[in-house]
Amino acid sequence: MTTGAKVLIEGLLRQGTKTIFGYPGGVVLPIYDVLYDSPLEHILVRHEQAAAHAADGYARASGRVGVCLATSGPGACNLVTGIATAYMDSIPIIALTGQVPTNLLGNDAFQESDIHGITMPITKHNYLVTQAADLPRVIAEAFYIASTGRPGPVLIDIPKDVSTGEVPDEIEFPTTVSLRGYQPTVKGHPRQIERAVDLLTRAERPLLYAGGGVILSGAEQELLALAERLGAPVTTTLMGLGAICGDHPLNLGMLGMHGTAYANYAVTECDLLVAIGARFDDRVTGKIETFAPNAQVIHIDVDPAEIGKNKPVDVPIVGDVRHVLAQILERLPEGSKTGPWLARVNEWRATHPLTIRDDGLLHPQYVVRTLSELLDGEGVIVSEVGQNQMWAAQHFCFKKPRSWISSGGLGTMGYGLPAAMGACYARPGEQVFLIAGDGSLQMNIQEFGTIMQYGIPVKIVVLNNGFLGMVRQWQELFYERRYAYTELPPVDFVGIARAYGIDGVRVEERDKVRAALEAAIAHDGPFLVDVQVEREENVFPMVPAGAAINEMIGSRQ
Amino acid sequence: MKRHTLSVLVENRAGVLSRVTGLFSRRGFNIESLAVGTSEEEGMSRITLVAFGDDREVEQVIKQLNKLIDVIKVSDLTERERVERELALFKVGAEPGAVRAEVMQIATIFRSRVIDVGPKTVTLEITGDSDKIDALERLLAPYGIRELYRTGRIAVLRGQKTVKSEK
Repeated sequence: MTTGAKVLIEGLLRQGTKTIFGYPGGVVLPIYDVLYDSPLEHILVRHEQAAAHAADGYARASGRVGVCLATSGPGACNLVTGIATAYMDSIPIIALTGQVPTNLLGNDAFQESDIHGITMPITKHNYLVTQAADLPRVIAEAFYIASTGRPGPVLIDIPKDVSTGEVPDEIEFPTTVSLRGYQPTVKGHPRQIERAVDLLTRAERPLLYAGGGVILSGAEQELLALAERLGAPVTTTLMGLGAICGDHPLNLGMLGMHGTAYANYAVTECDLLVAIGARFDDRVTGKIETFAPNAQVIHIDVDPAEIGKNKPVDVPIVGDVRHVLAQILERLPEGSKTGPWLARVNEWRATHPLTIRDDGLLHPQYVVRTLSELLDGEGVIVSEVGQNQMWAAQHFCFKKPRSWISSGGLGTMGYGLPAAMGACYARPGEQVFLIAGDGSLQMNIQEFGTIMQYGIPVKIVVLNNGFLGMVRQWQELFYERRYAYTELPPVDFVGIARAYGIDGVRVEERDKVRAALEAAIAHDGPFLVDVQVEREENVFPMVPAGAAINEMIGSRQ
Repeated sequence: MKRHTLSVLVENRAGVLSRVTGLFSRRGFNIESLAVGTSEEEGMSRITLVAFGDDREVEQVIKQLNKLIDVIKVSDLTERERVERELALFKVGAEPGAVRAEVMQIATIFRSRVIDVGPKTVTLEITGDSDKIDALERLLAPYGIRELYRTGRIAVLRGQKTVKSEK
């Protein structure tokens, strides 16, 4: 006989899992005992939230399923923010939690929480396993559900007596999964494909609006082929950065609240908007009634619930983005008639560029641009949330999919540091840079301990302005500069890093930025660059909440 | 805003009802009526659910229901030819004598069965659509309804049409 815990780890290995992020505790002791001499690599984080974010960062950087493990009660509850983050951005992770023994379920036992109930609305699916013999099937289903269709997190709650429960040695591990309530659509409906091709052929001012779905389905080549055949400009969401090469002449960068002026003008003027794996989020559309007011809309998404949710659609196409784009390309004739449209777009690009002031002061955007030049599209950039995130999104030139990792939908401060750790395990040998703010970094700064313990080579760049900068910006613009609880006292980040055995350097002048970043790149192992940037710099352009997206403030003429 | 009747075929598993109702509560929808029972297919249950909402909101809820792994099929019966039934039990104050005779007479007119008689009460069982039960409630109210139990509504499509899994 074998045990539930052994079957669990065997199931993970059979799914191809090599690394998991976790934190031990009472009811997961049987699982940890199996891990002790298992080939499965376990990374001990310093807080369970970081385990979930690391699994998420691993998944985003690799395209594979990330796995995290926590004990019951507080351990499981600490995963919640990480699971919700993955859910909002459709990231495939498996969260394993220990649970009190089945005979104590619902008994308010020590370290009991109903994590199955708690995570119902923030998982794609979840399980409370009551028999050890169910584990092989549940693991196979969980990986299948997490990684197919619209991906998402799946939680498996495992009571202690299930981990210790006996299972026959000859138990079978299913290699295929069939669920009668879950059959994701892959191919687009031929009739809708025809209608889309018809609109694409007739459009004079087409715009492709690419979201995270392009990256999740690996559709970057099809996207590029469509853009080039049509001669259509491409704007991406925050989640879609890297779907098209940042310096491609058809790329307009990000749209929306902090999008480029030329992307937002193109949305407003286009006559055909093709939404590809994007969901018309309010940070993208601003006032929805005036979003793409002159356009017919084709919406391609694997999730039928996204189509028509926020914006009426002329041609809905449910299916995997890569398959659907290939179907369209098969039928779409050569020949572009978008010359005048591209000329117009490029005029906006010339008159409303993203700029940074050249006044000798140390502006945060300059740090991002310098890093972008030095890395030249290689490696992985992870951000925290807030101004640091928007400056990274605006000013870094992403050249490949999965080179940008950021919490988009949930906007989780504290996400970046642990996600960057996960990215390091997914992409060994590559440069992984975290662009952080001094606020966000302090939300999971305990992970310096994990980075030290395993020598995880994360390069951390702190855009340190002594503020919760994005909230301060809103207070400046909309609350008469009443900076309520957004100022942070100075912190010696290099000193903290050193205490954890991590090297670092503090930068106060613009002239020293490049050398510090070069030192970080050259350094073998983790490194921190604490950059003292202009304190009250704002992220511009900006569409105020609820305004139309062509009504930007701070777009320089 | 209008009343929608949804028929949902689900896996008969712990937690399914919670997943389904969670999608309504999250959007601030009140579920007016809910009936759950096993179906003709092994391992599947049928949920009949009545809720108020505008068409777009309800369409979104239906799409979200379809995304649940344990949901096999969702049908909106609102605009379709169907028969709806609900069962109700009324415990009515009815002392022996003229009052009790009147209550029994109302019961007969509604083709309602008497399922229990006590020294001071009569308990009636009635099936029908919601309007019929509402009408009986109005007529019995003057006698004093001590307790009223209503099951959720169930609904079935007329003729050969069915709400079944596709396989």
